Amino acid sequence: MTAPSITPPAGTSAPAEPSTSAPPAPDVAVAVRGVSKVFGRRPAEAMRRLAQGASRDDVKALGTAAVIDASFDVRRGEIFVVMGLSGSGKSTLIRMLNGLLKPTSGQVLIGGENLAATDAKQLRALRRSSVSMVFQHFALLPHRTVLDNAAYPLEIQGVGKAERREKARTAIELTGLGGWEDSLPSQLSGGMRQRVGLARALAADTDVLLMDEAFSALDPLIRREMQEQLIELQQRLGKTIIFITHDLNEAMHLGDRIAVMRDGRIVQIGTAEQILSDPANDYVAQFVADVDRTRVLTASSVMVRPAVVVPVTGGPRQASRAMREAQVPAAFVVDRQRVLRGVVHDDDAVAALKAGQESVEGIVRDAVTPVSPDTPLAEIFAPAAESSLPVAVTDDTGRLVGVVPRVTLLEAMVPPDQPQTDESVPGRQATDPTPDGDAPTDRVAADEGGAR
Amino acid sequence: MTDTLVPRLPLGQWVDWLVDWVTTTFRPLFRFIKDVLGGVYDGLDAVLASPPFWVVAIVLAVLALLAKNWKLALGSLVGFVVIAGVNQWDNAMETLALVLLSAAIALLVAIPLGIWAARNDRVSAIVRPVLDFMQTMPGFVYLIPTVVIFLTGPVPGIIATIIFAMAPGVRFTELGIRQVDKEVVEAGHAFGATPARILGQIQLPLALPTVMAGVNQVIMLSLSMVVLAGMVGAGGLGEDVVAALQRVDVALGFEAGIAVVILAMFLDRVTAALGERAPVSRALVAARD
Repeated sequence: MTAPSITPPAGTSAPAEPSTSAPPAPDVAVAVRGVSKVFGRRPAEAMRRLAQGASRDDVKALGTAAVIDASFDVRRGEIFVVMGLSGSGKSTLIRMLNGLLKPTSGQVLIGGENLAATDAKQLRALRRSSVSMVFQHFALLPHRTVLDNAAYPLEIQGVGKAERREKARTAIELTGLGGWEDSLPSQLSGGMRQRVGLARALAADTDVLLMDEAFSALDPLIRREMQEQLIELQQRLGKTIIFITHDLNEAMHLGDRIAVMRDGRIVQIGTAEQILSDPANDYVAQFVADVDRTRVLTASSVMVRPAVVVPVTGGPRQASRAMREAQVPAAFVVDRQRVLRGVVHDDDAVAALKAGQESVEGIVRDAVTPVSPDTPLAEIFAPAAESSLPVAVTDDTGRLVGVVPRVTLLEAMVPPDQPQTDESVPGRQATDPTPDGDAPTDRVAADEGGAR
Repeated sequence: MTDTLVPRLPLGQWVDWLVDWVTTTFRPLFRFIKDVLGGVYDGLDAVLASPPFWVVAIVLAVLALLAKNWKLALGSLVGFVVIAGVNQWDNAMETLALVLLSAAIALLVAIPLGIWAARNDRVSAIVRPVLDFMQTMPGFVYLIPTVVIFLTGPVPGIIATIIFAMAPGVRFTELGIRQVDKEVVEAGHAFGATPARILGQIQLPLALPTVMAGVNQVIMLSLSMVVLAGMVGAGGLGEDVVAALQRVDVALGFEAGIAVVILAMFLDRVTAALGERAPVSRALVAARD
């Protein structure tokens, strides 16, 4: 995979999701329409050339094009992640969403209100009522206590002392910092300080929460913990969260949808699974190559039809023949509604046949714990290790919807091949056997594992 | 060579004319300034010099105690006894009055100017070379025009001191505000705070330790200038220093000099301690416990 061919032609790069003129749908919390930001002396001239398809490097002499023609809609209650390496323009982008920076061109609409059309006073009012922010380095006031830091947005909003302290206390409890209200930020660890930052943003009680690399300064374990907490808080409070990160795993873990940025342009917007299994170009493919796929891909994306399914009413002869034909040592047993009953093993079936039993019902053993279609692959390894059988995937009602054989599980961990070589099967890379040399080795390993 | 190559540039002549013109044009204004400053100085001096020595010494020692600790208070008290012992107490109080008045006015101008410079790059670019000029010009040069304008007495000394001592006040204020964590200021904006609130609740409190270092510098520069002002009859310890120099009186020179040193140490330690008492500094100390 070579670098030079990565840059896509300008016209096809940004997925022009929403049209630039239509008003946003009512469930859209933040609408970004063709937003660009050029720092430097001649932004207008740089903009003109960028519109004609010039790249960031082409307009270097005119100014720094931090963000080029970004368009997306963030729906209410969504965690929208903007992911990119440093210098990709993501920090500039997020600062245009609350007017800390003014776009050179394009529109930002918060709850339908156009940021560019507001004067300084209206912008302050909008920030107080609608958008709060969590910062990478926490940005707390060092001389104020945790409680007074969390209450600061309310103080700005003009809320009375008793009421704002009460609300701040609630927000602090929400982030799990109860009992630390009277401490100073300098007395807290990094993770705890960011909880204060989060409590402060929650206390402001705005619909939209901007998080600028909010967990990037924390060590990995704390970061993970904070991510879990953020997801939990989001589910409880239903906030719209726009989260900036350079960490792909974080993006995949948090984001309902992810926008991948490169050199100021958004190169792909989609769910984690879409980006993983169908990268828009080489750059994204390369980027996702080393992501922890097992945490992103779920059972439903890799499961296959079971090779043999035996009805619970069927006889041992039918069962053993089916297993022999499929060359499997055991089969799943389901009832009429396809609800999983258990498994039947070939030696049991043969024994039952000799004993002259009419039905397989007596020899059905408990299946290994089934998993749900939404279970990430990482959590399927343990059940998969329990037996040589594929892991059963069942829906809410217990019906068997598919199985995940060990081979599939291992294959799913191999990144999809480069897009140009398997364009014939877009979107199916995750489940298809990969044609490169490593895959057979994996399969052998799986078979060996199965024999033990 | 030079006298043939480069014609004599009458820069000094021009400044002389300028000062003459300013003196005659603004005479009523200068008279007013002289009356006001002289009056305030006399009042301050009266407060410091009229009570008995021990009353003022104890009050100052208590201030040191409040600002820092009993060690500084005790050390200050011993120092004041030494000043009184070499018979320089009245002079020292005159000098202290001059320093406090000059430094206060210098800071009154310097801190707002520093804030302005921190918020506006153009102001900063203009102010910086002017400050360089003000601080590097030998201090007693300021005494010449001020004496022309205000004649002798404490007022020309005060004016010259204000000009000479102002620079670090502006510089440290600007530096302090510019050094405030950009993200914290951004947080203020992001939550919808007004610029005034950001200045008052974020920038100034966080810059306070640096601003206080500037205050300390202004006071120390004021003290050194006030002694020089003894040459134009500003009174205080400087007058005895100048007298000792003229008479080559080692004993008097040393006694006046040691009084200056003690006063300097007192002012330095107390203002430095005030800087350490800024809420931000205390928050950082609290983290270490």
